[in-house]
Amino acid sequence: MEQQIVKVKNKKGVRVIPGFGLSMGVTLAMLGCFILIPLASIFISASKMSFQEFTEVVTSRQVMSGYLVSFSCAFLAALINGVFGLILAWVLVRYEFPGKRIMDGMIELPFALPTAVAGISLTFLYSDQGWIGAAFDKIGISIAYTRIGITIAMVFVGIPFVVRSVQPVLEKLDRQYEEAAMMLGAGRTRTFFKVILPELFPALLAGFGLAFARGIGEYGSVVFIAGNIPFKTQIAPLLIMSKLEQYKYSDATAIALALLLVSFLLMLFINSLQIYMQKFSKA
Amino acid sequence: MYVEMKDICKTFDGFQASDHVSFGIEKGQMAALLGPSGSGKTTILRMIAGLDRPDFGDIRINGIRVNDLPGNKRGIGFVFQNYALFRYMTVADNIGFGLEVQKKSKAEIKTRVEELLELISMEDLGKRYPHQLSGGQRQRVAFARALAPDPGLLLLDEPFAAIDAKVRRELRNWLRDMIERVGITSIFVTHDQEEAMEVANQVIIINQGKIEQIGTPDEICFHPKTDFVAEFIETERFSGKGR
Repeated sequence: MEQQIVKVKNKKGVRVIPGFGLSMGVTLAMLGCFILIPLASIFISASKMSFQEFTEVVTSRQVMSGYLVSFSCAFLAALINGVFGLILAWVLVRYEFPGKRIMDGMIELPFALPTAVAGISLTFLYSDQGWIGAAFDKIGISIAYTRIGITIAMVFVGIPFVVRSVQPVLEKLDRQYEEAAMMLGAGRTRTFFKVILPELFPALLAGFGLAFARGIGEYGSVVFIAGNIPFKTQIAPLLIMSKLEQYKYSDATAIALALLLVSFLLMLFINSLQIYMQKFSKA
Repeated sequence: MYVEMKDICKTFDGFQASDHVSFGIEKGQMAALLGPSGSGKTTILRMIAGLDRPDFGDIRINGIRVNDLPGNKRGIGFVFQNYALFRYMTVADNIGFGLEVQKKSKAEIKTRVEELLELISMEDLGKRYPHQLSGGQRQRVAFARALAPDPGLLLLDEPFAAIDAKVRRELRNWLRDMIERVGITSIFVTHDQEEAMEVANQVIIINQGKIEQIGTPDEICFHPKTDFVAEFIETERFSGKGR
């Protein structure tokens, strides 16, 4: 994991790697067309409201509870994904078994599946008449139409992010670290938590961040299983949708803008933490 | 005999890495496993450490057969070729790792770590991280870390390979003096005959998984037993490796 920063210019001002102008131009165009301009349009339409209107929409009880549901469920789902994604990546990298390739390919299915399909099948499975839902219903736990259901849907859409972030790092991890820990007398548990986990942590954090972000923005797979009970299982993206259906465009953009700002701050925090961790990887 | 290898065989995917290897090393000795790359010397070291298992034969440490003992129970210190320092831990935490495993008290660990930092003359660098150290300093830390739990045997895999030629000789002498001072039985792997002759008092020459000759540096130099040994010592000498 040695990171080499290629010097952009040498002494004469000639770039070592050609094509900087062109590739940077393409990068900025892509970033502009697909990310910055659409996001800027949210700011523009939100700016048509007065500040008071804006805060009124954003801090209304329904919207606040929507944010709470979205962020708490996405956070919990990302945590669950962090733990299980790590285990999955571990199994896929460290062990050989029949069907490993197929299992490896299956990780990406949540990406390929239309999220509405996922939502419907999850609802079918976890409703109190579904295979899994019925079993839990007997012990008094209902999954569908509760926050548990929302979290499950978010786990489903987020798992590939963690596995695919951790997998390459784990593959490249030098066995010497583990062997060194073993020669110092450490058992497997200590070696894992003290030596391997710190090595994987930046990648795990990246995967966590992606899964978290996906969970916050997830709509299709969540709406079916959520049941959308006001103040209980309404997620923020659903509120945006319902505002749009009522032709309240500026309300919708206001909710989106607040969601965007909080998400951005969270991502910024996660990425800074990751950059901080990466300073060790020079050695 | 402190370390004894008896009739050790090991194959990796049909490649014979060790072919009926037998030798013994007395307590307090500094032995070198010398041979060209791919000769199977590192495999022998790894088998003594418990990182690889022999297919056949016995490994005895202090008279006890350790074949079935996992590496973390053998009480052996190991210095890896690339040092394998834990990069998320400070120098002091690296050195203290083996002591923490032994559930020593914080105060005990602190004293021992300070003692070892003093031994490697890096008293002020305990709070640094590995990436803030030079190659030679990292090697010294790896050495101190391996010594911290007080092992009965120290194994070093190509300890100078990753260090540039200028510092290598200096570090070599330093390491020999250090090991003499600590008085620990040690075995190191090298492909550099000068290094082996200068540091070790017993040299084991290995080629294609077999032992060619065991002896003191003088015996190897002046009375090579096989053509291979004679040739290996000669070519090394003329290839300008004897800096």
